Amino acid sequence: MPSPYIPNTDHDRAAMLRDIGAGSIAELFQDVPAHFRDVPFDLPPPLTELELKEELRNLSRRNASLDEYACFLGAGRYRHFVPGVVGHITGRSEFYTAYTPYQAEASQGILQSIYEYQSLVCQLAGMEISNAGLYDGSSAAAEAALMACRIAGKKEVAVLSTVNPGYREVIGTYGSGQNIAIKELRPDFKEFSSDYACLVVQQPNFFGYFEELKRYAEIAHGAGALLVVIFDPISLGLFTPPGSCGADIAVAEGQPLGNPLHFGGPGLGIFTCRREHLRQMPGRVVGRTTDIEGQAGYVLTMATREQHIRRERATSNICTNEALVALAATVYLAAMGKSGLRRVAELCYHKAHYAAEAINKLKGYSLAFKQPFFKEFVIQCPLPPEKINRMLLKEKIIGGLDVSHRVDNGMLLCVTEMNSRPEIDRLVSVLGAL
Amino acid sequence: MKKHKHYLLPDISKPGKTGCRLPELDVPAAELPSREFLRQELALPEVSEAELVRYFTSLSRMNYGVDTGFYPLGSCTMKYNPKWHEDIARFPGFQDIHPCQPADTVPGALQLMYELQEMLAEITGMDATGLAPMAGAQGELASLLMVRAYHHSRGENRRRRILVPDSAHGTNPATAAMCGFEVNTIPSNGDGNLDLKSLASLMNEDAAALTLTMPTTLGLFDPQISEISAVVHKRGGLLIGDGANLNSLLGKVKFGDLGFDCVQLNLHKTFSTPHGGGGPGSGPVCVKENLSDFLPAPIVAKGKEGYQLAKPPKSIGRLGAAGGNFGVMVKAYAYIRSLGAEGLKEVSENAVLNANYLKEKLKPYYHLPYDRTCMHEVVLSGKKQKAKGAATLDIAKRLLDYGFHPPTVYFPQVVEEAIMIEPTETESKETLDAFIEAMIEIAGEAEKNPELLQNAPHSTPVRRLDEVRAARKPDLRWKMK
Repeated sequence: MPSPYIPNTDHDRAAMLRDIGAGSIAELFQDVPAHFRDVPFDLPPPLTELELKEELRNLSRRNASLDEYACFLGAGRYRHFVPGVVGHITGRSEFYTAYTPYQAEASQGILQSIYEYQSLVCQLAGMEISNAGLYDGSSAAAEAALMACRIAGKKEVAVLSTVNPGYREVIGTYGSGQNIAIKELRPDFKEFSSDYACLVVQQPNFFGYFEELKRYAEIAHGAGALLVVIFDPISLGLFTPPGSCGADIAVAEGQPLGNPLHFGGPGLGIFTCRREHLRQMPGRVVGRTTDIEGQAGYVLTMATREQHIRRERATSNICTNEALVALAATVYLAAMGKSGLRRVAELCYHKAHYAAEAINKLKGYSLAFKQPFFKEFVIQCPLPPEKINRMLLKEKIIGGLDVSHRVDNGMLLCVTEMNSRPEIDRLVSVLGAL
Repeated sequence: MKKHKHYLLPDISKPGKTGCRLPELDVPAAELPSREFLRQELALPEVSEAELVRYFTSLSRMNYGVDTGFYPLGSCTMKYNPKWHEDIARFPGFQDIHPCQPADTVPGALQLMYELQEMLAEITGMDATGLAPMAGAQGELASLLMVRAYHHSRGENRRRRILVPDSAHGTNPATAAMCGFEVNTIPSNGDGNLDLKSLASLMNEDAAALTLTMPTTLGLFDPQISEISAVVHKRGGLLIGDGANLNSLLGKVKFGDLGFDCVQLNLHKTFSTPHGGGGPGSGPVCVKENLSDFLPAPIVAKGKEGYQLAKPPKSIGRLGAAGGNFGVMVKAYAYIRSLGAEGLKEVSENAVLNANYLKEKLKPYYHLPYDRTCMHEVVLSGKKQKAKGAATLDIAKRLLDYGFHPPTVYFPQVVEEAIMIEPTETESKETLDAFIEAMIEIAGEAEKNPELLQNAPHSTPVRRLDEVRAARKPDLRWKMK
């Protein structure tokens, strides 16, 4: 049977070749040297929708999906409730089958929604401006470090040791090309060199607890460096935003705002900063303007920072970003609104503290840190976390992240509004029985 | 599209509304930390679900996608996105899995990634694939960081220049700069091919690589590819491919055979995953053996204990804290498996046929800078029309009135008033004929009534927008208290 994705028939093709004046399709490939053409490709035979859906459904069922397992994993990607309305809006194919909005008059829908996104994210983070989003939180942190180096004219970046190690590695990858040195500082560091372009701090940090952002802002600014804050957008329903703590650039993983986990991607790199740094900001940005009749409308703007105009002098090479994920975040924030986001943050906070307290009371288990935390915390376990996770798995529970390389027998647990009380109680009782 | 009443979320916000109800707390409330940690106010809009849906639905109606109509945006491969691939990506076993889950709880996901790595390596004629890059430009970043690491590993730190053709995408030079390289531009010759003499003079022991889009952004296959590869390799350089235009070679020609050491792909172009209004994409890199140890982490390896995420021995490192855009990979995987080798070949053959058909039909009306067989896209010039007072931008805007998304314009920069048209294989002859008819009518309008074009579009929800004002007085957000 013919391909459902190729509408032309043999008859059409013959007519088109006639109009072109070519004897065959092969003739159209004449610029490719003959020995390179029509070589064999060793690929599996084609399958129909019916067959492949069946095969892939079976393959997908071999994964332990969080649909069936209780999950206490976080560490940068989080399972939060996604209201049904989000998927229905992002499922409008006028949105998801469009390209980057280069032709503004035919793309007002996505452009206006990006303007909403930029506004909502700024309101949330307490920051002045936002771009249209980058790939994910970690690459946003890396772009922030590169931007700080451009602004400060320096080539060293200080990263607190309490920042997600994956983020530190991505900052390192991005910095390697330009020989930017990454210095890891302990939270109680005594000296802060004036060679640092910025200090990167995560709030709440990788281990779940809150950092004293204002103190770090003073230190960084005192040394002529920028403060880059990696934040958790959900936490901002309840906790102080980075904009009120002296952040010059604030970035985040936007996946928790209305998006599934999808094994780690797509995510969304939220990127906000102070207005004075607009011209150094990476990525696309949408601005409001008017049309020739004075009507409000939206366009991609400040393009002279970008690769398609500025080429090797661009602020970044980024082109395609995560527009649809940003749309999901926009719909999510609009649906939650002021009271909803606060409620989500409260549910996370109280449930996490309920779980932490109960586990802390178990014999052999103790909370590793005393500082205030949000939805994640490290538990020191009586056994290696890897072993504990094996046993939890048998009970259909996906345990926390093994952080024993940093904390003896440490396990980083995450509790969100998705974890019901019975589920938490089950975790506690299984841990207690080990 | 009809005129609309403009409003934003704060305009429909009213205290006390919400678009989502959440459960009551089912555990005892814990004590909150001290006031300094707590937010004093959170000014977000308050909107009901029904109003929200109406608002975003009205926005969607002001947006043009492949499902709306013909979208011949050159270099972007705006082909139809099969609906059932979306269904597969949403299977709970693919959608609701966490990137930090132990490998033995996600064997299905790892197997899919492993097989996708293998299939992409086969399709490009390469030895290994890294799936980590989250879009094409990040794939380019991975490519050039691998180039850098490769030369450094051989003690050739002096290779600090990247050669980039003048017709290349802006991401090529921007990426080279991000990786600390100096950029040398290689001109195109009169036929639209790479100028071999310039290449030979610039490709010396200080040059690290040539980045080459093949077919070029002029929509042309450079028949000198073997000579180009020989010059680059003889002088110790690497040949790095920008795979943006793979749609014309799919199932027909392998990048590896052409001499490329590395090629970056765009699953969201060639492999039919939707663009999402500007992402998410996925930009895997396929490499020959000489670069495989440098691939970005993680890759999926197959060992005695099944599939595992692994870090290649000399990896350039991670490009993201998670493992890449898995949700996009699932759709690309489904695409390849549903087409097979023959199906992929049909794709490129029909894409090239459609482009050549447009070229032949339009060349009597629009200037064709390179009159030779094109590949998956054709680059015309609007200079004849510009002389009459209607520039390429005006032609593009007028196409909106005819119900078509315009082609890519003013790129590649080497063509004056460029109009870059990529029809893809998923368009019918009837659609192409309707587009051709519109383009011919517009050419006529440019002659007789250029003002009509200058003031276009006339029928979109907004008229032509003032971009200068947007850039001079940036209004990038609303504020509410």
